[in-house]
Amino acid sequence: MTKEIIETIKESVGTLTLNKLRTGLAMLGIVIGIGSVIALLSLGQATQTQIQNQIQSLGANLLTVSPGAQSSGGVRGAAGGATTLTNADAVAIKTDPTITAIKNVSPEVSNRAQVATGQNNSNVQVVGATSAYFTVHKVDIDQGSLITDADDTNLRKVAVLGPQVVSDLFGAGSTPVGQSVRISGQTFIVVGTTVSKGGTGFFNQDNVVYVPLSTAQKQLFGQDYLSSISLEANNSDVMTQAQNQVGYLLLARHKLSDPTQADFTILSQADILNTATAATGVFTTLLAGIAAISLLVGGIGIMNIMLVTVTERIREIGLRKALGAKKRTIINQFLAEAVILTFIGGLIGIVLGIIISFVISRVANTLFVVSPTSVFLAILVSGGIGIVFGWYPAKRASDLQPIEALRYE
Amino acid sequence: MKDTIISVSNLSKVYQTGSVKTVALSDINLKVDKGDYVAIMGPSGSGKSTLMHILGALDTPTEGSYILDGEEVSKLTDDQLAEIRNQKIGFVFQAFNLLPRTSAIKNVILPMRYGNVAEEKRVEIATKYLKMVGLEDRMEHNSNQLSGGQQQRVAIARSLVMNPSIILADEPTGNIASAQAEEIMDIFKKLNKEGHTIVMITHEPDIAAHAKRVLTLKDGKILNDKRNN
Repeated sequence: MTKEIIETIKESVGTLTLNKLRTGLAMLGIVIGIGSVIALLSLGQATQTQIQNQIQSLGANLLTVSPGAQSSGGVRGAAGGATTLTNADAVAIKTDPTITAIKNVSPEVSNRAQVATGQNNSNVQVVGATSAYFTVHKVDIDQGSLITDADDTNLRKVAVLGPQVVSDLFGAGSTPVGQSVRISGQTFIVVGTTVSKGGTGFFNQDNVVYVPLSTAQKQLFGQDYLSSISLEANNSDVMTQAQNQVGYLLLARHKLSDPTQADFTILSQADILNTATAATGVFTTLLAGIAAISLLVGGIGIMNIMLVTVTERIREIGLRKALGAKKRTIINQFLAEAVILTFIGGLIGIVLGIIISFVISRVANTLFVVSPTSVFLAILVSGGIGIVFGWYPAKRASDLQPIEALRYE
Repeated sequence: MKDTIISVSNLSKVYQTGSVKTVALSDINLKVDKGDYVAIMGPSGSGKSTLMHILGALDTPTEGSYILDGEEVSKLTDDQLAEIRNQKIGFVFQAFNLLPRTSAIKNVILPMRYGNVAEEKRVEIATKYLKMVGLEDRMEHNSNQLSGGQQQRVAIARSLVMNPSIILADEPTGNIASAQAEEIMDIFKKLNKEGHTIVMITHEPDIAAHAKRVLTLKDGKILNDKRNN
């Protein structure tokens, strides 16, 4: 049995090498199909991993309380636009005895503002923060010092700059500590810079200037409410518990009895992660779908070539049948040719796909991920395509009557 | 009393195209003894090709029986017919029908592949028969590098490897120059002397003259059946 299979494979390889150009062209469709599946799946997965890493780098076990209505119910206020979160809320979360699952509380205000030195200026995110901010969000100091509680209570005009701001305003690699910047026209002394956290676009955590919370509220933005409160739970197991404790405390403080009427939103990092994963999952599926279409086209190409081959080899098939080849033998021969075509095409496609995703990861400066599952799947699919699209031509070959086939010119 | 290898009785073949019936063979009765050398002659349309296809198990009769080497062939399925062709019949075609771009020895091995002959014996058997037709120095040549006569000799070697009950030759010299045709006929004569049963279709009387017995067909019937001296 195995001998029979090996013999069929040997013979098929022999036949395929007789017409190298046609074999190559037939394979091309599968090479491109499998190659794009591998490349696009890798791209999707790299994006997903990268977004997950970025969200995780925002801080571990993070809960964010934002002002604004829950998304349930009738009319929803714009998140962040409301003024319902106050400093007293933050203090209450920190001190209330019912809150047992929270380790650190970071009240924050955040707004975009113009930041300038003598020569340069830039529009950046200005964050009013307490010392807890840096613990909760895992922001590390590079030069100088962080914002202290004393800075906050004394309304000091000091600033800590993100690395992007440093390079925009002072030039990359410079040491701005001790120099001054103007934020919305007021002079602040730079006391420190932070280590880069990476990220681009919306998630850019490097293009930020930190100032003391009270300074930001009273001197810069003129507001006594908070943009958000970030909370660090004790560990990842008590996230839900922490979310509930804070939720009930704030409902009570805001004199609301119905949770659906809440004037704040508590998002856990897991919620954000799930949303992002779902979104990138859709993206990956979409890419895979596009790649699957090119695979289908490749399969039809194989079928087309195999049908041409059958027509071209009618006399040969007739002869083989005259010499004693049974239906099954002929089917196996043509199926083997199709499967070998798609299988080898699939292997080349995998190599091509890996090379493409490597090049993309270098050019776009993203992660290089090739999942073994997608490679395994590609091998299976390419073999399957050979069977599915090779079957019809093989069946046609085997159904030929030997006399008619021998007579065929 | 010699053994009968082919026994055809009351055999007819009717082709039906729409409502038009064409009788290709009607009520043929024929016995061929083992070791005989029969030529079947007749003008085109006489039914000789149809008879050849039925004798070669490439086609089945509409009516009647055909017993080849003790086995009733007329009612078999496609796959059973394939096995009969492989085991009991050696074909030599007018157009040689070798696999293109394939070496002589691989062509000769082909029937053994379908007949499940042990792989290690195949080359030995193929070499033996290629030597017998005088092509031992052309075994690795591709079929398109051989002359017509050489190709037909490869085909004869191929017809012999399964040690068939009959050799069925359809106009074996039709595509070959006359000098080489003589060589082919010599090989058939030698094979017949060694005991092989040969049935040959031809329309050339001087080729038919090599056979021991000549059948003439006309309009699907046997017109004449005589022995050469």
